[in-house]
Amino acid sequence: MLDLRAGDQVTLSGTVYTARDEAHRRMMEEGIPFDPEGAAVFHCGPVIRDSRILAAGPTTSARLNTLTGFLLDSGVRALIGKGGMSSKVADMLRGRGVYLALTGGCAVLAASRMSLSGIYFEDLGMAEAIWVIRLDHLPLVVGIDAWGNDLFSQVTREANLQFDRRFKL
Amino acid sequence: MMLPTTGDGFFAAVSAATCRAFREAEIRLPPDVVAALRSAADKETSHVARREFEHILENLRLAEELCVPICQDTGVPVVYLTIPPFIPVSQELLAAVADGVRVATREIPLRPNVVSPLDRINSGDNCGEGMPAVHIRPGERLLITVLPKGAGAENMSRSAMLLPGEQDHIPAFVAETMLIAGGRPCPPVVLGVGIGGTFDGAAALAKEALLEPISCMTPYEQELCDAVNALGIGPMGLGGATTALAVKVKTAACHTASLPVAVNVQCWAARRATVEVRW
Repeated sequence: MLDLRAGDQVTLSGTVYTARDEAHRRMMEEGIPFDPEGAAVFHCGPVIRDSRILAAGPTTSARLNTLTGFLLDSGVRALIGKGGMSSKVADMLRGRGVYLALTGGCAVLAASRMSLSGIYFEDLGMAEAIWVIRLDHLPLVVGIDAWGNDLFSQVTREANLQFDRRFKL
Repeated sequence: MMLPTTGDGFFAAVSAATCRAFREAEIRLPPDVVAALRSAADKETSHVARREFEHILENLRLAEELCVPICQDTGVPVVYLTIPPFIPVSQELLAAVADGVRVATREIPLRPNVVSPLDRINSGDNCGEGMPAVHIRPGERLLITVLPKGAGAENMSRSAMLLPGEQDHIPAFVAETMLIAGGRPCPPVVLGVGIGGTFDGAAALAKEALLEPISCMTPYEQELCDAVNALGIGPMGLGGATTALAVKVKTAACHTASLPVAVNVQCWAARRATVEVRW
């Protein structure tokens, strides 16, 4: 995984743990309820009915920028979400993990590659609980690699250049 | 033509039509939006951007096949009622629309997204003070048009009170809105732009512009769209040729000392549907 490069297209199979804002805060206070060594954390608040995943698109990862460090320090090696993360998170991923982007809004496609296998922090409610999900070939793109390359910040830099060229004299 | 418009049958029909419009909007994108997504997919040369479009088109196919909402953010309910001359606009009529939203939330199902703004308590049925947001316009037939609006894109919308004579700044303001937004509103987006009117009126025009078909643009709309696409933000902010599928503009007369401008951002899931009420 550390060999992956930003822009690489991959599919991911295996176990991931969903976590949004509330779950991150709870884990910081009470500890991580799963084995974080080599784990993948998925920024997602799924829609679950009768133990079935109906929709599970990614949420905006940037909200978790300041809540992610302890996970990487504990051994989490992959973050999955949409929109990218801060340069600070990109620095923390250097040499130890990757950020994988899932197409925003594609909740049905994502759910079709998932099955439910457990839950932690159920009292946080459907959107904020930690769901344990088995992935079967979820299609992702490497947004930030372990070498310091960040596709999102490259695009943002270029967009700023284009804007200045066109609108600033 | 006089029809009974106060009976239970009439209001039940309004409620059922509202629910049907949400079901249609949440599960299937309008043909013009699907066509725009397909055509944008064909234009991409970056392999990352091409794959994002493949995911979007595959997601649309699966949602239709499984009869489930396209995205887990099923939005807040925005409703436009077209009212013919013989229908009175009454509290009962608005209550019937809200009832349709409740049924849609339960049956489709929709994610309960509506909360009170300060204490953040979720009503659980997508209704609340001023929600659904209902707009009324006159017409010949009783039509219910719904525009479910997700938060990711809505949050990136902006307005400005430009100075009179700053018409030339409008393209920069529109492009800057997407520059700030980046990948967060789930591009490729549709931008509704309201120009003129009043402070609030410009925002209302921007949202109404999102009801327009995106299959054609005026030369001015095309100019704004080109300025946005020159940024290269691309699908999901991963870079690419198409950041905006279309820009739609609506204008209104304004004060000689004002130039209100508003940009309402819509994600690629540009959901809208219209159902005629029959009773």
